[in-house]
Amino acid sequence: MLSLIRPALVSMAFFILLTGLAYPLAVTGIAQAALPAQANGSLVMGKAGKPLGSALIGQAFTAPGYLHGRPSAAGAGYDASASSGSNYGPLNEDYAARVKESADALKAESAAAIPVDAVTASGSGLDPHISPAYAERQVARIAVARGLAPAKVRAMIADATQGPTLGFLGQPTVNVLAVNMALDAASGTAQLPAR
Amino acid sequence: MDWRGWAEIVFTIGLTLALSWPLGAYLKRVWTGEAQWLAPVERAAYAAFGVNRDKGQNWLGYAAAVLAFSAAGFTILYAMLRLQGLLPLNPQGFPGLTSDLAFNTAVSFVTNTNWQSYAGETTLSTLSQMAGLTVQNFVSAAAGLSVAAALARAFAADKAEGLGNFWVDLTRIVLYVLLPVSVVFALVLVALGVPQSLSAGTPVTTLEGAQQTLALFPVASQEIIKQFGTNGGGIFNANSAHPFENPNIWTNLIQMVAMNVLSLAAVFAFGRMVLARKEARALAAVMVILVGAAAGGIYAAETLTPQPAMAAAGVDATANMEGKEVRFGPATTSTFAAFTTGASDGAVNGMHGSFMPLGGGIAMFMIQLGEILPGGVGSGLYGMLVMALLAVFVAGLMVGRTPEYLGKKVEAREIKLAMLAVLILPLAILGFSAVAAVLPSALKGLLNTGPHGLSEILYAYSSAAGNNGSAFAGLTANSPWWNTTLGIAMLLGRFAYIVPVLAIAGALAAKPKLAPTTGTLPTDGPLFVGLLIGIILILGGLQFFPALALGPIVEHFQVLAVR
Repeated sequence: MLSLIRPALVSMAFFILLTGLAYPLAVTGIAQAALPAQANGSLVMGKAGKPLGSALIGQAFTAPGYLHGRPSAAGAGYDASASSGSNYGPLNEDYAARVKESADALKAESAAAIPVDAVTASGSGLDPHISPAYAERQVARIAVARGLAPAKVRAMIADATQGPTLGFLGQPTVNVLAVNMALDAASGTAQLPAR
Repeated sequence: MDWRGWAEIVFTIGLTLALSWPLGAYLKRVWTGEAQWLAPVERAAYAAFGVNRDKGQNWLGYAAAVLAFSAAGFTILYAMLRLQGLLPLNPQGFPGLTSDLAFNTAVSFVTNTNWQSYAGETTLSTLSQMAGLTVQNFVSAAAGLSVAAALARAFAADKAEGLGNFWVDLTRIVLYVLLPVSVVFALVLVALGVPQSLSAGTPVTTLEGAQQTLALFPVASQEIIKQFGTNGGGIFNANSAHPFENPNIWTNLIQMVAMNVLSLAAVFAFGRMVLARKEARALAAVMVILVGAAAGGIYAAETLTPQPAMAAAGVDATANMEGKEVRFGPATTSTFAAFTTGASDGAVNGMHGSFMPLGGGIAMFMIQLGEILPGGVGSGLYGMLVMALLAVFVAGLMVGRTPEYLGKKVEAREIKLAMLAVLILPLAILGFSAVAAVLPSALKGLLNTGPHGLSEILYAYSSAAGNNGSAFAGLTANSPWWNTTLGIAMLLGRFAYIVPVLAIAGALAAKPKLAPTTGTLPTDGPLFVGLLIGIILILGGLQFFPALALGPIVEHFQVLAVR
């Protein structure tokens, strides 16, 4: 039994030094030197050079002049330090109530069909994307609020639309933050939240 | 449901299989000692450990070494988590963990389960993530592959006693396989957008003027070994659904391939080592057929099941998107779910607890089938070999001959040990679930009620005992009852399985290697593939169908009844 203690403890120390310190620190060093933008969270800079967010992480948008994202279960909504899905089962009553509330709000805005991503919360609560159908549904509202031509709004959405990769991997996506930054640049002003 | 989804399922499985073949050839060279390009590092390591690399261990010695190493890993990790508040590299200033949470987490990572009762970004410091969890992501995977190597040597042996040396196997697998692949692909993940930073996070002011704190960690270095070692424990609460862990379809593809490729490679390495390549291909075929069927089944459930909540709200939904990311969608998420539950990985890129009942039910059943499709790294192979022994035993009963597998007679001792191993899973899953289902302090942790609540319980113990780690995450498991019992289930699922498997290896190694005769059941063709699939499904079905009938199956009919 004693003959096992030395290899067990020394090998753990060896692996902690190798895989727990040397490996992550070496990868961090190389990543920070060669790929600093990605290594630090793909930050998006505003006019004053201050970070506005990450290109990968969704933000809450409520102003009528912005493209809106999906419902979020991360903290109070899009809390990037508390990622979470709702974890509701398909028959949960609170889930049905939340979906109904989202759907009613969307119906008040337009009579168009409601895409499923518009009323469902993502797995992370930080989904940066919406479907092209949900983006199209918001074009008229944004155009009125901004005083822009709908065609111009559509062009900005098209610029931020990608996928599916290779034609079959994943789904088409619209990056909400990218569209909203383009909208602010086009009309020269930021929008205040609705509430 | 459309052709793109089916194409994605077939493409992902095909790519994984194609890459596992050369990796298997290399893994065999690592197991046998042929690969030597890091010999100086190895020599220094063995000298420090006080290990003679040429001294073999019998099954008891090998098992004792596995247990001693795991016990040392548990003790160090437990201490590190308890003392987190006093240790350096804690830019977030997180305090130490409670005793039950530290027990659960340390057991979880040492057993290659990576069940997480906590939310990573609000609980664990950078040091705990790196020097605590990442280390176990490497060594628990290497321990599984070591046990598989020992079993492979037993099948190859002719009246021998030694199964190899655990310390050598462990060290070689980390040095030659896990670490080099992780370094390369961690950097690939960074290039594709996964952060790798030691900072506590970046506060930003959003477009609408709200404050948002972007939590940062050395994510990429843990992300790759999390998948490649079938660990599954995320840095963030949302795991691979979080855009920092899995920002796009390319990182997702890398993760899906990584979580199955090494388990399949172990099967091919086994075939080369035992000189039974065709038989190994048959085992791989069983794994791939069943994981493909599960992916298709989940995809169908997520796209075809009617959704009562949507119907009531007047939304015409073509797929269930609750808990799913737009960039992944139903097909990608379903494939990921089948891969992660088949592989004892446990990472998720969508929330299984929000799947439609049959989608979540298939994911749960994949775990209950014993984590052999293709299972955890190493553990999938030895689990599948236990099933193969049972399959030849059943076939032997039908034709009235002493069964043989790969030139080894399968006799009473091996079958008893195999049953001992196989019965651990229902004991831990159904036993604990039965108690939890009537215990008020356990039921407090449930988010959903009715059949879905039972599914949350069943899934939790299946995940723990199967060493998977994914969850129906409506369950709040950070309480003494859940932390303790799930910890015990994880220990049983890992070590009460490994010890009988090594005992089987010891018994098989001592037997003479027989040449096949005309009376030997062929174990390399479609007949055996069919037989093995049948044994796996019947065994799993008999054990778990009654429980599943009260959970996902009855919930499915409830969903259909809402009109």
